[in-house]
Amino acid sequence: MSPIRKPDRRGFLTGGLSLGALSLLTGCDLTGNEPAQRLLWNMSGSNDRVQGWLFYPNRLAPTYPESAVDRVFRYNAFYPEEPAPQLDPTTYRLELSGSIGDKRSWTVDNLYQLPRTWQTTRHVCVEGWSRIGKWGGCPLRIFLEHVEADLTKNYVGVIYADGYYTSIDMPTALHPQTIMAFTFADQILPRKFGYPMKIRIPTKLGFKNPKFVVALSVTNDYPGGLRIQLVPRLLRRYCGRLGEPSCRKIYVPSRSWPRHRLPEASRPDLSPL
Amino acid sequence: MAPADQTAAQYTCPIVLHPLTVRITHWLNALAILAMIGSGWRIYNWEPLFGFTFPVWITLGGSPEVSQHWHNEEGLAGALQWHFAAMWLLVINLLVYLVYGLASGHFRQNILPIRPQEILRDLRAALGGHLVHRVGERNAVQRALYIGVISVIVLTVLSGLSIWKPVQFQELTAVFSGYDAARYVHFFCMAAIVLFLAVHLALTALVPEVLPPMITGRAGRRR
Repeated sequence: MSPIRKPDRRGFLTGGLSLGALSLLTGCDLTGNEPAQRLLWNMSGSNDRVQGWLFYPNRLAPTYPESAVDRVFRYNAFYPEEPAPQLDPTTYRLELSGSIGDKRSWTVDNLYQLPRTWQTTRHVCVEGWSRIGKWGGCPLRIFLEHVEADLTKNYVGVIYADGYYTSIDMPTALHPQTIMAFTFADQILPRKFGYPMKIRIPTKLGFKNPKFVVALSVTNDYPGGLRIQLVPRLLRRYCGRLGEPSCRKIYVPSRSWPRHRLPEASRPDLSPL
Repeated sequence: MAPADQTAAQYTCPIVLHPLTVRITHWLNALAILAMIGSGWRIYNWEPLFGFTFPVWITLGGSPEVSQHWHNEEGLAGALQWHFAAMWLLVINLLVYLVYGLASGHFRQNILPIRPQEILRDLRAALGGHLVHRVGERNAVQRALYIGVISVIVLTVLSGLSIWKPVQFQELTAVFSGYDAARYVHFFCMAAIVLFLAVHLALTALVPEVLPPMITGRAGRRR
């Protein structure tokens, strides 16, 4: 049994709404709060659809002159900077699965042979801050075409070396500014920002910009994201298999899991900025 | 009609002060504004623009402890859910009100025009404590405040849209000189609305007989 409890949608708002909510929900059963939760979940679903309509596949995120780049870029994750995964380029492999013709895995050297483009764009965090940075790498679309991925599928699932995972909807994956980034500020992508590969998606919030990507999967099933109950399994599967000594340093989930983690509640796949 | 008849008519059949549409949109707006401010304060707390945060108990978005327990975050997601749900109520209700106000003549008859000298006159009278409250009439200060707060709500929505979708609505975001500046505009709009609310509620407390007509639509018997 996993020591991590399964996230429960019901638990999300149960058991202690704030005073503001109390004043709004007079008459609701505060032990259950089912109507309020159902309403919020339904609204979240509707917002996903609206955001899907708002997303224009060829609408580019604004780009900035290099002089606008923030000199000190901000680190953010659900764990501190120190235990961020340190992947070894000699053993690293990018694993491919799902509806992909050529499922051979990729080494760092192979990835570095891919054609490159550069972008200076604004990274917007769901918490409200933003920073301008410069990333370089291969458009994900070119890569997906190269490995003969079925681009008619709905999602690209992404697994991070830290056990996190997320999904990118296909229109976003094919967006011209969605790149597999290998450089940051013209340097090799630093460990804390996702060495060896980060998927930079300037049309999405920061938490939908995967770091330390170790596996990609093309699928019609909604792979979801941020399912903490899967973390121990993923840690074993990916870190164990990759044999990274540093994987032992990866933050092990516990009850005191830090705050920078969002539930599925706010993970809309179709959440273009 | 003779003045005497008019008075008699008012005694027997109280006048409708606030049409049904105005009453419904007023209370839905009150609900939406409270939800937006409550959840907005919690969202603000995650990345404060100034050297203070709002006490969590006053914010909206579910219990931080419960959220921490189940989702390993302290309630930002819940606040975002509330904010992005209540925004629809706010915007749709606002549009209904604005269309009604323009189409029905409500703005023309009850709110416009406002002249600066009238505002000064009524403000002086109000501060001197001898502004007469006439049922069914809004003085110039009131009308200026209503126009002001409605404009601020519109500005809040626009700055909010440019924070929500800085890529898809990038032209709008540019009007606010970018994403970061739009956050400040959004914050100050909120502050202006809160200030309005304080005055609005204080005046209602001072003249409580204005409250029933906003619910029933009708003024009570003439005092």
